[in-house]
Amino acid sequence: MVKWVEGPAVDEDVVVSTRIRVARNLRNYKFPQRMSIQEAEALTNEILNVMKKLPSGVNYKFYKINSLTPVERVSYIEEHLISPGLINRPDYSSFLLKDNESATIMINEEDHLRIQVLYPGLNFEKAWESINEIDNFLESNLDYAYHDEFGYLTACPTNVGTGIRASAMVHIPALSIIGQVNGLINGFQKIGLTVRGLYGEGTKAFGDLYQISNQMTLGEEEEEIIRRLKGVIYQTISKERDVRENLLSKRRYEIEDRVFRSYGLLKYSRKISSKEAMQHLSNVRMGIAMGIINDVKFKDIEKIMIGIQPGSIQKYANRELNDNERDILRAKYIRERL
Amino acid sequence: MLCQICGKNQATVHYTKIINGNIEELHLCDECAMHNKEIEFDSTFSFHKLLSGLMDNLQGEVPYKEVKTYKCPFCGMDYVQFRQTGKFGCAQCYETFKPKLKALFRSIHGHDKHVGKVPVRANTQVAKKRRIQKLKEQLNELVAKEEFEEAAKVRDKIKELEKDIGQ
Ligand SMILES: [Zn+2]
Ligand SMILES: [Zn+2]
Repeated sequence: MVKWVEGPAVDEDVVVSTRIRVARNLRNYKFPQRMSIQEAEALTNEILNVMKKLPSGVNYKFYKINSLTPVERVSYIEEHLISPGLINRPDYSSFLLKDNESATIMINEEDHLRIQVLYPGLNFEKAWESINEIDNFLESNLDYAYHDEFGYLTACPTNVGTGIRASAMVHIPALSIIGQVNGLINGFQKIGLTVRGLYGEGTKAFGDLYQISNQMTLGEEEEEIIRRLKGVIYQTISKERDVRENLLSKRRYEIEDRVFRSYGLLKYSRKISSKEAMQHLSNVRMGIAMGIINDVKFKDIEKIMIGIQPGSIQKYANRELNDNERDILRAKYIRERL
Repeated sequence: MLCQICGKNQATVHYTKIINGNIEELHLCDECAMHNKEIEFDSTFSFHKLLSGLMDNLQGEVPYKEVKTYKCPFCGMDYVQFRQTGKFGCAQCYETFKPKLKALFRSIHGHDKHVGKVPVRANTQVAKKRRIQKLKEQLNELVAKEEFEEAAKVRDKIKELEKDIGQ
């Protein structure tokens, strides 16, 4: 599980992952919200037929939302492989997942197609290259809804044009300690970027993780949108690193104490909520970045952060659990991995 | 399936929510969904309000009285519905509501014209012109970098496309 985390990751002390998604629609179907189930099935079949033409060696697995259990549906969201919007109408929606989990093609979310690519660390070049490859393949076999003036047509006017949403998930515990996160978020918003919590729109930021993405999709080239976002991510990386260094030189014992307390708590607790666990995992992650903890890797933390979420922990247990049972299993899950 | 709140109407809004770590499925009718406080906090809903607010304040060239009568021939959506939901019903809606869209797009994106990727299959004159324009930019870059061999290839492509559109 969580295969996409593996692989080389640049600047992973701050950037957990890089993601790009594009929204695409077909000309000859109503958008998903106005489709009948029959139309949704016809569209899904058309896409599946196209996928048969993929060159050998490229493998995707097909999942229908209504054939997954609620726990499985949520755990795919927690693993960042599908968007929360995909499970709202289970009879309409499905997705294709690449075998290494680096790409997902979502069918009948808000748009007919939402293509997403996901890489560990900072890697916009690879992400843009591979999403283009998938998009070009689909586009050469499907009749995309494209408009000379407005570009790629989408169900929501906020996605029209390029249909692109590029984002990076950053871990900024030091900026959070000195209380600079809100200022940073406000600054980002002024330059047309959106900052969200771990699981997208409307979710809280747990574990000092923030998703920074472009907001505007019309009137700027994709490469320019990505270039600007990347610039901001670089600034965030250097700010976070500066503050970490500063904290370490001026408040060393306080920081070491914070990191080791969290490490100890995670190693020995017998019952823990996901919110509490996320905060301590964040401290340990910072400890790794600062060289305070050396026997845990960033990727181990990423995998635990996903594995302890409500859906994933129940998938791991292979049965439904109540709050109490979840907190107990979560503590065990973490202990066995640290 | 019937709505879980009123038990009378057909459920049309389906949610899987994580509330305090519990996964709950909600099936509501339109009306109850509108009044359900929990969902009201959902950003997509408040975002709709924001969008329709934006649409109300647009200084369009076409008066609302006239736009109100626009109806998409393909999906049947009319302007009133579009304004309420903030979502298009199909690709054809973009032509149907076009007189109102530039102002809307400017208020959301600051622009009203796409300048990004052009699908290879879009073979209209505009698409070809856009492609030529992009190739010319590429050509200038290559010449500046003194990569003349590549530049020659790009120049050939431009010539071909220009012949194609009759220039
Ligand atoms: Zn109801
Ligand atoms: Zn329509």
